[in-house]
Amino acid sequence: MIIAAIKPYKLDEVREALTEIGVRGMMVTEIKGFGMQSGHTEIYRGAEYAVNFVPKMRLEIVVTDSLADTVVETITKTARTGKIGDGKIFVLDVASALRVRTGDVDDDAL
Amino acid sequence: MKKFAISAAALLVALPALAQEATEAVAEAAAPVAEAAAPVMDKGDVSWMMTSTVLVLFMTLPGLALFYGGLVRSKNMLSILMQTTLIACLIMVLWVVYGYSFTFGGSTSPYWGGTGKLFLSGVTADSMAATFSAGFVIPEFLFIAFQMTFAAITPALIIGAFAERVKFSAVLLFSALWVTLVYFPVAHMVWDVSGLIFVMGAIDFAGGTVVHINAGIAALVGCLVIGKRVGYGKENMAPHSMVMTMIGASMLWVGWFGFNVGSNLEANGGATLAMINTFLATAAATLVWSLLESVQRGKASMLGAASGMVTGLVAITPACGTVGPMGAIALGAIAVLACYFFVTVVKNKLKYDDSLDVFGIHGVGGIVGAVLTGVFSAGSLGGVKGEDYSIAAQLWIQIEAVAITLVWSGVISYLLYKLIDMTIGLRVDQDTERQGLDLAVHGEQAYHG
Repeated sequence: MIIAAIKPYKLDEVREALTEIGVRGMMVTEIKGFGMQSGHTEIYRGAEYAVNFVPKMRLEIVVTDSLADTVVETITKTARTGKIGDGKIFVLDVASALRVRTGDVDDDAL
Repeated sequence: MKKFAISAAALLVALPALAQEATEAVAEAAAPVAEAAAPVMDKGDVSWMMTSTVLVLFMTLPGLALFYGGLVRSKNMLSILMQTTLIACLIMVLWVVYGYSFTFGGSTSPYWGGTGKLFLSGVTADSMAATFSAGFVIPEFLFIAFQMTFAAITPALIIGAFAERVKFSAVLLFSALWVTLVYFPVAHMVWDVSGLIFVMGAIDFAGGTVVHINAGIAALVGCLVIGKRVGYGKENMAPHSMVMTMIGASMLWVGWFGFNVGSNLEANGGATLAMINTFLATAAATLVWSLLESVQRGKASMLGAASGMVTGLVAITPACGTVGPMGAIALGAIAVLACYFFVTVVKNKLKYDDSLDVFGIHGVGGIVGAVLTGVFSAGSLGGVKGEDYSIAAQLWIQIEAVAITLVWSGVISYLLYKLIDMTIGLRVDQDTERQGLDLAVHGEQAYHG
């Protein structure tokens, strides 16, 4: 499984690129977090608030082992702007997978 | 038709507003009468006009602001509210400094009103402005305030075309220059007794050419010069709140009674004709838009209904004082056919990014309304014009008036956009646009959580 945090506006581009290399599904969550990118300040009638968490999109993509490296590469290539805040990618092993409708397991379920 | 003969000062008795065909005859007849009897200020008229003035403000703030605001993505909501608010305030101040003078300053030039009333010089609480009935006047301050709200909403209409990507400072600078070189002259041309288009005999009761066509073409030119939004056609740019848009559109409808009915300048039978027409054209237009959508897409949408509403309001604006109620229904329905076709087919073919369809609704709806005013004003079609009225002749005059406005506003707007682009720049940088104008430009967010 690949977990990636990317800039929200890159989502569509990344989705398109992943579809092209054969990824057939992903889970997407709107999240907030912090890394090296500092937040921003908001000012309301003189009261200044530091917003330390910046919005990101979290993608969870489960693919066969053979496809995993390509997925990581594709996300990196598509989501990169070269500026701080482009995000991070983590790769994890998944114990098992099952498609609820059919009962297919593991690779067949993907 | 709007005709204003404004008294130059309190001492001068206002000329009565005149039917175009009879302008000179009535003026001659009225002059001795005016010397003999003091003109009458009716408190009913004054009350209605004060109400109308506030209603037109309500159209802009919050009506237009919410209507437009709901149509952008949530990250740009506040930029729309701020642009609308500050444009309205800026133009109000400019209006009394020189706008009123440039528009209704008393000069006999066909293009501008001159400098006779800079800083409202000579205007006091006793100064009176003419209405359409001989011998009846309203306070000039009231007339100034009423017209001020018209000037304030017009540049605010334009911003919808380049929403979500324009610089805040550029919007304000453009609005100031645009009212000076486009709105004030065009308003003078259409509404002042010496104005170019007024003298031609064009019918524009409440501002179809001055406000809607004028703003519509400036909007089209603007989005062409500025270019598309980043990610246009690829990313999801769906409106963030149809609720806000429906609230805003309905407020526009309510406020529009000040705009259309107030343009009668008096509370009388003519005003009630404008009132019922403003109801009917809008209702018909909303129904037709929804009907078209359900037939074509299988579903009638809220955005469709709101678009139909605004289209009907825009289309009836020039016509509301001279067409009959059945003519108003027909006019609203026909305008929707044109606008619906334009925003769903033509715009997509031409591939320009008019974010909120300012040209598609205000420009196209305004043009259809202005042209059809010439048709449905005829007595034979339920309008108020008598037997000597020629549809063909009036139609030609209406088309000429539309053409003059399109060229004047289109060309000058283009030059102003280019000028601003070369100096302070029209567009925010890509990062700002991605992040959203609210945080990047205004340091605030519309919604938390």
